[in-house]
Amino acid sequence: MAMITLKNVDKWYNPQFQVLKNCTTSIDKGEVVVVCGPSGSGKSTLIKTVNGLESIQGGEITVDGTSVAAKGTNLPKLRSRVGMVFQHFELFPHLSITQNLCLGQEKVLNRSHDEAVAKAHKLLDRVGLTAHADKFPGQLSGGQQQRVAIARALVMDPICMLFDEPTSALDPEMVNEVLDVMVQLAKEGMTMMVVTHEMGFARKVADRVVFMDAGEIVEDEPKDAFFEAAKSERARQFLSKILSH
Amino acid sequence: MFAHFDFGAIYRALPYLFREGMTFTLMLTAIATFFGVILGTIIAMMRLSSVRLLSQLAALYVNLLRALPLVLVIFLIYFLLPYVGQWITRAPRPVEVGALNSSIITFTVFEAAYFAEIMRAGIQSIPSGQVAAGYGVGLKYSQMMRYVVLPQAFRTMLPVIFMQTIVLFQDTSLVYVLSITDFLGAASKVAERDGRIVEMYLFAALVYFIISFTASRYVRRLQNRLAIVR
Repeated sequence: MAMITLKNVDKWYNPQFQVLKNCTTSIDKGEVVVVCGPSGSGKSTLIKTVNGLESIQGGEITVDGTSVAAKGTNLPKLRSRVGMVFQHFELFPHLSITQNLCLGQEKVLNRSHDEAVAKAHKLLDRVGLTAHADKFPGQLSGGQQQRVAIARALVMDPICMLFDEPTSALDPEMVNEVLDVMVQLAKEGMTMMVVTHEMGFARKVADRVVFMDAGEIVEDEPKDAFFEAAKSERARQFLSKILSH
Repeated sequence: MFAHFDFGAIYRALPYLFREGMTFTLMLTAIATFFGVILGTIIAMMRLSSVRLLSQLAALYVNLLRALPLVLVIFLIYFLLPYVGQWITRAPRPVEVGALNSSIITFTVFEAAYFAEIMRAGIQSIPSGQVAAGYGVGLKYSQMMRYVVLPQAFRTMLPVIFMQTIVLFQDTSLVYVLSITDFLGAASKVAERDGRIVEMYLFAALVYFIISFTASRYVRRLQNRLAIVR
């Protein structure tokens, strides 16, 4: 069953510049899809259209059967069910780690404070950061902040997770601690859409790879088919550049 | 010059200077800050609004007032307000507003333009990623502003608002052009009555300096305490 569908999605930043051109793909429940492509290809924009952080001008997007762009859609409610992890973490710097994890639970899901804190601590334990519960984001390393950001998304019990380049702002030695959490999550059957350049991660856990270039989805293939025999010249070039080191 | 310096003249004038003068100065500063911040917030919200008419009106207000000297605005409002009042109430004669009310209105209106810019800058200084993250966990616009943007913006704004209030405290001395007895006005009256010009103006300068300097030191400490580690 499809959890996320995108059908003929078009987006213009202005009348001259189309960032997304007729993008169509879908992600089944429990599937892990990696979106890759050169910078400026529209992959970050694409993933942000899924929870309505970026508007679209044409086509249709659904999450668990709900249309994202339709007029009557309760976007806050839809977003609360879709976990999102950002490139630059975007933890709330004025709130402690525990408060970061409680804000959405209390204000959106209306959980009691005690319930929210218990859930927050459970998820912090899971990402290995219990000791930092009362610190502030600025006191943690990048890798730790990103794990908190993943926990902040998970406390909401999301039906799927969106990752927008979750490791590209990290120092190299911190990339793995974040990827480990994501691999674990994938193994537990979470539906995941991941924009990333981490091809090792893609090989390990992705079911499919979507390759974008200049606003178009150029390839949408099962992982093995993509890595062993990408059909388009552009994808082969991209892979040779990114894998040659 | 200092051979004839008469400390007694200052000492004898103290009750008048502070009970009459400083009381008025502090009152005007407090009232203009209070209403200026409220009006300034409204104007800042208008300026950031996506409704073009609102944002343009707010921009006009801010740019106009920031381009005029304060003394000129004091005079303009003092002389024009009675006629505006007459026009609004359709009274047969210009409405009597009085120097006191006129000065309160002037400083509120004038300072609001500055407070609005401080607030706008504070709100705009919050990275757009924070807004996205707030929406991302499912917050509505009002919740996102209240729990994510404003608490952070407030920490940046508060010291600047206090600094602006210190400037306002000094600027209130300009009401002397309306013959109001603020602190400087009181000092100047005593100076002329007793022929103690040097004593009174030096003493007034000292008082303004001590209050402003102490307050700005305090604001700097506050700034360090409020700073967010990013």
